[in-house]
Amino acid sequence: MRVRVLLFAALREKAGREFEDLELGSGSTLGDAVGLLQARHPSLGSLGSSVRLARNLEMVDVTTLLSDGDEVALIPPVSGG
Amino acid sequence: MRFAISPSALDRAAVVASVASDAAGAIVTFEGTVRRQSRGREVVRLEYEAYAPMALAVFASIAADAQSRWPQVSLAIHHRVGVCGIGEASIIIVAVSPHRAEAFDACRLAIERLKTDAPIWKREIYTDGAEWIGQGS
Repeated sequence: MRVRVLLFAALREKAGREFEDLELGSGSTLGDAVGLLQARHPSLGSLGSSVRLARNLEMVDVTTLLSDGDEVALIPPVSGG
Repeated sequence: MRFAISPSALDRAAVVASVASDAAGAIVTFEGTVRRQSRGREVVRLEYEAYAPMALAVFASIAADAQSRWPQVSLAIHHRVGVCGIGEASIIIVAVSPHRAEAFDACRLAIERLKTDAPIWKREIYTDGAEWIGQGS
């Protein structure tokens, strides 16, 4: 399956990219996608518990299963408003 | 439009107009503005970045939450992205209601929830550097 991972703010700057398209096997989770992303972009470093995860515009946890065409986002600590 | 992410200056009148109604006895507005001092440093400008589709979904969710608590309240939320200068508004929230108590409460709820839940990030540009700001600032 193919998923797109969006990067924002400090993570976007560290990776030097706004998004990354990943090919993953069926049964992959958010955690698998994050691991593959980190392998591709070591500059991201270890993300820590403060980075949240979104799948198709909703906050999810690292165990959530992915589907083909999903849009995933890494949400670093927010500061809107 | 009740919920908006805008690259240009926010329009207070437009945000009010998006929820104005002749049932309203109270209109409560919150504006977040860019101040000159932050963290002991002098700010030149702010830069905002948003995951826009999700931010808009969060705005709608906040409004739905407010409506479940105070059924007669309507909320509008507009947030700026891109460069925001000193004194400019980064966010405008308007709550309208027949009575003022719910309007104040809903407006307060909206800004507090937005600050923890909305996928929007602020970068402070100082005279001597720049920094992405983390949660709740």
